[in-house]
Amino acid sequence: MATEFIARGQDLELKGIRKEFPGFVAVDNLNLKIPAGEFFALLGPSGCGKTTTLRMIAGLESPSKGEILLGGKDIAGMKPHERPVNTVFQNYALFPHMSVLENVAFGIRQRKLTDPLSKAEKALAMVELEHLAQRRPQQLSGGQQQRVALARALVNRPSLLLLDEPLGALDLKLRRQMQIELKAIQMEVGLTFLHVTHDQEEAMDMADTVAVMNQGHIEQLGAPEVLYDRPKTAFVAKFLGQSNMFIGKVTETNSETTSIEYKGKKITGLTKRSEKVTGVIAIGVRPEKTYFHETQPDDDPGLNILGPGEITDIRFTGVSNQYQIDIPGIGVMTVFAQNVGRSPVVELGAQVYVSWKIEHSFGLSDLPSGVEEEH
Amino acid sequence: MTRFSLGKYLLPTYVFLTFLFLMIPIGYTFAFSFNDSIKSNIIWRGFTLDNWLNVCDQAGVCGAFGNSLLVAVIATAVSTVLGTMIAIALVRYRFKFRSATNLLLFLPLATPEVVMGAGLAAQFLDFGWTKGLTTVIIAHVMFTLSFVVVTVKARVATLDPALEEAGRDLYASPIQVFWKITFPLLLPGILSAAMLAFALSFDDFIITQFNSGSVDTFPKFVYTAAARGIPPEANVVGSFVFIVAIAIVIAVQVRSAMKKRKLLSK
Amino acid sequence: MAFVAFGSQAPAKEQGPSKTGRVALFLLLPGLFYLALFFITPLVSLIITSLKAPSATGAIGRYDLGLEFGNYAYAVTQYAPQIFRSFSFAVLATVIALAISYPIAYFIAVKSRNRPLLKGILLTLVVAPFFISFLLRTFAWKQIFSNDSLVVNVLKDIGVFGADSYIIGTNFAVVFGLVYNFIPFMTLPIYANLDRLDLSLVEAGSDLYASPSKTFRKITLPLSLPGVISGTLLTFIPISGDYVVASRDFLGGPDTAMIGNVVEANFLRIQDYPTASAISVMLMATIVVFVSAYVRRSGTDDLL
Repeated sequence: MATEFIARGQDLELKGIRKEFPGFVAVDNLNLKIPAGEFFALLGPSGCGKTTTLRMIAGLESPSKGEILLGGKDIAGMKPHERPVNTVFQNYALFPHMSVLENVAFGIRQRKLTDPLSKAEKALAMVELEHLAQRRPQQLSGGQQQRVALARALVNRPSLLLLDEPLGALDLKLRRQMQIELKAIQMEVGLTFLHVTHDQEEAMDMADTVAVMNQGHIEQLGAPEVLYDRPKTAFVAKFLGQSNMFIGKVTETNSETTSIEYKGKKITGLTKRSEKVTGVIAIGVRPEKTYFHETQPDDDPGLNILGPGEITDIRFTGVSNQYQIDIPGIGVMTVFAQNVGRSPVVELGAQVYVSWKIEHSFGLSDLPSGVEEEH
Repeated sequence: MTRFSLGKYLLPTYVFLTFLFLMIPIGYTFAFSFNDSIKSNIIWRGFTLDNWLNVCDQAGVCGAFGNSLLVAVIATAVSTVLGTMIAIALVRYRFKFRSATNLLLFLPLATPEVVMGAGLAAQFLDFGWTKGLTTVIIAHVMFTLSFVVVTVKARVATLDPALEEAGRDLYASPIQVFWKITFPLLLPGILSAAMLAFALSFDDFIITQFNSGSVDTFPKFVYTAAARGIPPEANVVGSFVFIVAIAIVIAVQVRSAMKKRKLLSK
Repeated sequence: MAFVAFGSQAPAKEQGPSKTGRVALFLLLPGLFYLALFFITPLVSLIITSLKAPSATGAIGRYDLGLEFGNYAYAVTQYAPQIFRSFSFAVLATVIALAISYPIAYFIAVKSRNRPLLKGILLTLVVAPFFISFLLRTFAWKQIFSNDSLVVNVLKDIGVFGADSYIIGTNFAVVFGLVYNFIPFMTLPIYANLDRLDLSLVEAGSDLYASPSKTFRKITLPLSLPGVISGTLLTFIPISGDYVVASRDFLGGPDTAMIGNVVEANFLRIQDYPTASAISVMLMATIVVFVSAYVRRSGTDDLL
């Protein structure tokens, strides 16, 4: 295999991918398109099939069904060493019997390209580790090993770089730093990155597009801010942060707004922000989009107002305060208030009303599991 | 002296004395390799280097030693290859009949040598095979194989499969992955398995006696000679093997200690 | 309750990949086929031979296929003392070897844990006897304890021994030789086990007011049981079939013969293959029953 790979990233497209293991289906009917040069994150809890998907793209696992197109060419039948795809493994998988430099040069040597060592040195320079070239991997710190693993993959100029929880083994501070570096390197080399992670902050921080995976399929795909602001399913709403959720029968719907009745109260959202407008649906709102008031706000068709209720818990997290408000007949709501001095100063036990703008509601296509329906 | 400090010295003293005890026959064999004996090598008659310098003058010693070496080298090579293959399969692959396979590998470890020796001899008798070097080698591969599997398996179990996957990901074909990654990383385990197999084969007597016919190996030579007194040349060969083996063990230990130290120094 | 404020949840475990198929067969078959041919079929040969009848032609060393179960009865009645002696010696030598080896293994694994050099030296010394021929070391003991040797003469001089006492050829000499030869087999597995012993468990024991001896009995000993079990098996099995130590040319005498000596004599000297085979089959059967019961009772099925 001495073919020079294309230096630029290529499109990746998965069509109807299915992977069965004895006894269970890990990935089911997965469809996905990642444009060239994009930083794409596959986000989900472990067991959701994201690692299996990555392994199928790398060729370490073969799909039971479906096509894997790279630059328009089906690579599903190719062996891992024949694919212009490289992986940064979860625990780096650096070869312990080779020096750092030999690790990085490995792929170039296998492909019998010219100047493996000088190419490896350049790759090490990119991750600022050229001074450690002669060390053994075991002598490096976790962050350094991570960079070697990155250099070892990038030196091959793959059409697609796969990152399998590459930052999982690092401590929080180092992880933040590596996130920034990784993103910078991706912009610099312009390759297509596919990043698999269970850390939603990591995915939201770095990726241009995030696909949230659950039980072998993609729940929702989009830009991080869209996913957060308008989750379409209960799983996505739940996986990307907290939300207050109300489940009830739709009482009125028109082209502008849709309302449900929840325990005698009307909760309204915008129709265009609702996946479903008939029957029993779930409407949610993010805690930081809610406000509380010490006096009852005036009725306003643009606001959902609940209360009064008692503040049962206050948590200071630095940039914001988190309040738990127990509203009789409704339940406990969570409200985040920015610590900018504008929110009213309230104490534990105070009676407050909660409100949010109807355009901040989101309507889900399904109902949160484990929750009884209200009729 | 208080009771406490007595307890503190009791165990080291015991260990020291036991090791002294373990070394007695070794020291004895070594010392009597220098005995200026005439007929039997029982009474100390004075120091000489003759036994060492002219070891092959004693009829049969060197021939038996050569046979033992030949058998051990071939048997070790075969059983190391077969055993390593099995060990890799046991750790890395799923297959049916796993428990039957484990049983088949465990049984030779749990069978007294005399049973394996007599069984093989009975089979060779049934087949009408003439006993000789070939049958000895066949027997030695058989009884060393499980030891190799156990030793290499322990090493395979410590090998992260992701390393091999990384190799495949970095454009190495399955065969290249084996030779460039799997094999070098398993090598320490394979080498210790080979050393164990060699030692077991070289020192084996019982299975060999049942299956060697008229061929002499070194242990068989000693056994036969024991009836009329073992010549000092046998002590020379035994001591020589001992020195070589100890030197190898020490070299391996020093090497791994140096490697460790090198890795610790950043 | 239809009202929830929830965050991210803890996930389920992703199942690892599995490889199967032709590669596994390619790796396994040669070795397993070899064992089938040269380990399993010999056992079958042994059983067949044990049932053979003397040749109709009357030639020595010639036997015809048969179902002579009487061979077993003959072997048992003829060699009952040797069979009984073998198992007594094996049990006795195993127990003594265990008593001698455990403290050594403990010292190397626990007391020398933080002194790699000492540990390396001690381990080398434990295996050192392996490097000198089994027969040479046993013969060395024969000479050390022979009738006019220094040891025996000193014992006679200080009055422990009478004028016509001797060591070689006695049951004591044989058990002594067996114990000596198998101490390393006992020490190494116990060492390997104790080496992995988490010392914080022992510290927790003494922290919870257990005396050192109680901590040892309640914590260290039970945890090292798997090592003790493999050690006793590695000692007991070879001893029960050994015939070098008990041989009259080594440490044995006219009344010390073990099962191995009987098999050797019948098979290789008088060519009574059926009797030798019958005894071997019984030995093997006893060992299999003993080992499986022992392994099951101690709950360490995965010895390999």
